[in-house]
Amino acid sequence: MMKEKLIGFLQNKWSQVILFTLFVVITSLSLYLSQKSVVAFLLLLASLLILYYMKLKNLTKWIIGGGILFILLPMASSGGPAFQSYMEVATMVGIYVAMALGLNIVVGLAGLLDLGFVAFFAVGAYSYAIFATPQASNFMPFGSYPLGGESFWIFLIIGGICAAIAGVLIGIPVLRVKGDYLAIVTLGFGEIIRIVFNNLDRPVNFTNGAMGISSVTPPSIFGIQLVFPHHFYFVTLVILAFTIFAVLRFEHSKLGRSWKAVRENEIAAQAMGIPLVKTKLLAFALGATFSGMMGVVFAAKQAFIDPTSFTLLESFTILVMVVLGGMGSVPGVILGAALVTILNLQVLTELTNWVNQLTLNGIINVPDALSPAKMQKLIFGLLLVIFALYRPIGLIPAKNKKFDEKKLKTNRLAIDRENTVAIDKDNV
Amino acid sequence: MPILEVTNVTKEFGGLTANKDITLSVQEGSITAVIGPNGAGKTTFFNLVTGVYQPTSGEILVEGKSVVGLKPDEVAKRGISRTFQNIRLFGEMTVIENVLVGMHKHLKTGLLGILLNLPSTRHEEIEAEKEAYRLLEYFDLAELLNEKAKNLSYGAQRKLEIARALATKPKLILLDEPAAGMNPKETKELTDIIKKMGEEFGVSILLIEHDMKLVMEISEHIYVLDHGEKIAEGNPDDIRTNPKVIEAYLGSGAVQLGQRSETNANTTVE
Ligand SMILES: Nc1ncnc2c1ncn2[C@@H]1O[C@H](COP(=O)(O)OP(=O)(O)O)[C@@H](O)[C@H]1O
Ligand SMILES: [Mg+2]
Repeated sequence: MMKEKLIGFLQNKWSQVILFTLFVVITSLSLYLSQKSVVAFLLLLASLLILYYMKLKNLTKWIIGGGILFILLPMASSGGPAFQSYMEVATMVGIYVAMALGLNIVVGLAGLLDLGFVAFFAVGAYSYAIFATPQASNFMPFGSYPLGGESFWIFLIIGGICAAIAGVLIGIPVLRVKGDYLAIVTLGFGEIIRIVFNNLDRPVNFTNGAMGISSVTPPSIFGIQLVFPHHFYFVTLVILAFTIFAVLRFEHSKLGRSWKAVRENEIAAQAMGIPLVKTKLLAFALGATFSGMMGVVFAAKQAFIDPTSFTLLESFTILVMVVLGGMGSVPGVILGAALVTILNLQVLTELTNWVNQLTLNGIINVPDALSPAKMQKLIFGLLLVIFALYRPIGLIPAKNKKFDEKKLKTNRLAIDRENTVAIDKDNV
Repeated sequence: MPILEVTNVTKEFGGLTANKDITLSVQEGSITAVIGPNGAGKTTFFNLVTGVYQPTSGEILVEGKSVVGLKPDEVAKRGISRTFQNIRLFGEMTVIENVLVGMHKHLKTGLLGILLNLPSTRHEEIEAEKEAYRLLEYFDLAELLNEKAKNLSYGAQRKLEIARALATKPKLILLDEPAAGMNPKETKELTDIIKKMGEEFGVSILLIEHDMKLVMEISEHIYVLDHGEKIAEGNPDDIRTNPKVIEAYLGSGAVQLGQRSETNANTTVE
C-alpha cells in the first residue's frame, strides 16, 4: 500500500516538479555556500538527468535545462575561489560531450568503428592555434599574424570545415574496408595525423613540432578578451547547444535513416538507392565538424597546444563515452561523456589528492604508480568490458522515433474528405 | 516492350560458372518467373541485374539502356528494386522507417533543409510518412508501424521487404523467393497481393519461387535455370510439360513418369 502510494506520488507531474525544484534549490545553495562541495556541484549537474526522466513537455525540459546550465550553475558555483575550477570542469564536459556526439554519428548511427576520432579535434585546434600565433607568418605570403581575437568566431566555422575536409580525405581511403579492419585503419590514420603535426616543423615550420604552439591569442568579443574558464564555459555551452540541436535534426531526417540503414544492412541499403560511399563520407565529415569546432575552443582555452593532447588514449576515451552512454542515443552519449569526463577530471583527481594526503600523513603508503589518476586506462578498459558483456545497449539505450498512427490516418481521411467535397462541388 | 533485356550474360566465380550465356527478357507490366533447383544460379542472376555483381560478359538493358557497370544504388535509381532470399531488413529500425528508407531516393531535401527544418523539408517528410503508412496498410502491416523490423514474424518480414521495395517506386521489382518459409495461408495471401500489385503500383514483376502452385498461378512467362544455364522458357503450360524441366527437378528417371502422369493431371512439377 505504502509503496504504491509512493510510486503514485512520484509519478504525478506536480509532485515531480516540486521535488525537482527542492533538489535544485538545495544543491545550488549548498554549492554556493560551501564552495568546496564537489558533491553539491555534481548533484546540481545530475539534476539534468532527473529532468530528462520527468513527465514534462520536451520544450519545457529544454528551457529548464538551459536555465540551469546558462544561469544557475555559473551563479551557484561563483560563491568563492573554486569558481574557475568548476567552470573549467564544466567546460571540459561540454567539449567532450560535443565530441562524443560527433563520434556518435559515425559509430552509433552509421556503424563505422572509428578509433582515430581525436584527429579531427586536433585539426580544429591547430587551425586556430597556427593562425592566432605568429606561427602562420612562417608560410603565409600575405597578412600579418597573429590574427586578432575576433577571428576566433570565424575560426569556429573554419575549424569545423577543416575537420570536415579532413574527415572526407581520411574517409576516402579508409572506407574501402569494413568492420574490424576499419577500426585498425582509422586508428592508424589517427596516429598519422598526430605524428604529422609532431613533425611539421621542418622544412617549413607549420606546427612548431613537439614544442607545441603557445601564447594562442585569446578570443575577444565587443572588445572584451575571453581568458577565464567561465568565459569559455559560455562559449562551449552555445556551441554544444548548436551541436545537440544539429545532431537531433540529422538523426530524425532522411539522412539519419540512411546512416542507420547502412549500419543495419549495407546491401539492402544500396538496393534502396542509398549511395554507400557518399553516405559514409557524410557521416565522417559531419561527425568531424563538431569535433573540429570544439578543437578551436580547446586551443583558445588552453592558449597552448602540442601533439600530446591528441593521443590514441583520447580517441579511446571518446569511444568509451559513446559505448557507455548508448550507441546511437543522443541523451545516452551526453550522459556517457559527462560521466567519463567528470570521472577523469574530478573523481580521479580528488581520489588522488586524498590518497596523497593519507600518504603524506603516514597513514598508508600508496606507491605513486598505483595512484588513482594513473588508473584511467584500467578503469576505461574495465568499463568497456563490463558494458560490452552486460549492457551493450548502454546507460540510456537508443530509441526509435515513435510515429503517431492517428496522425498518419486522420490525415488520410481528411484528404479523402477533401476529395469527396471536391467531387460534390463538381457535381453541383 | 521489354522493360528488362538480358543478352548472353555469363558470370564466373573463379572456376564456377554460376550463370552461363543467359538471355531473358521481361515485358512491361508482366509477371515473369525464374525457377530452377537450388544452386541453379537464380539469385546470382538477380545480383547481376541489380549491380551487386558485374557480369563476366553479356549485356543487361533496362528500358533499352545498359546498367552494366553501375553500382546497386545507381541501378536502383534506374527503377529496379528487389527483395532478398535471406531477408535483409533494417532490423533495429521500425517497420515504417524501413519503408521510409525505401523512399529515400525520392526525398529531395538537402543538409540545410534538414538543419533548418524548412517548410519544404517538413512537407516532404510528412507526405513520405503518409505514403509509407498507406503502403503498410496495403500489406496489412499498419498496426505494426512502430515495431522493430527484427521482431516481426517471418511472413510479416517477407511482406515488409516487398513494401520497402515498392516504396522506391520501381518500374521492375525482383522478388527472390517471396513465399519461402510461409505457411499455406500466408502464401495464398501473398499470391493474391503479388497478382494485383503489378497493376496497382504500375510495376513489372520478376520473381524466383519454389512454390510451383504460386508460380503457375501468377506467371505469364517462365524461365527455367539449371546448373547456371537456361534450359527452358515458355508459358506455365509449356513449362509444366517440358521433359527437360521435369528432369532437372526430379532426375532423369522421372521424365517418363512425368510424361505418363501428364495425361492425368497437369501438376507434375509441383
Ligand atoms: N559470391 C559468390 N562466390 C562464389 N560462388 C558463388 C557466389 N554466389 C553464388 N555462388 C555460387 O553460384 C551458384 C549459384 O548460386 P545461387 O545463385 O545462389 O543459386 P540459387 O539462387 O539458384 O539457389 C552456387 O553454386 C553458389 O555456390
Ligand atoms: Mg537463391
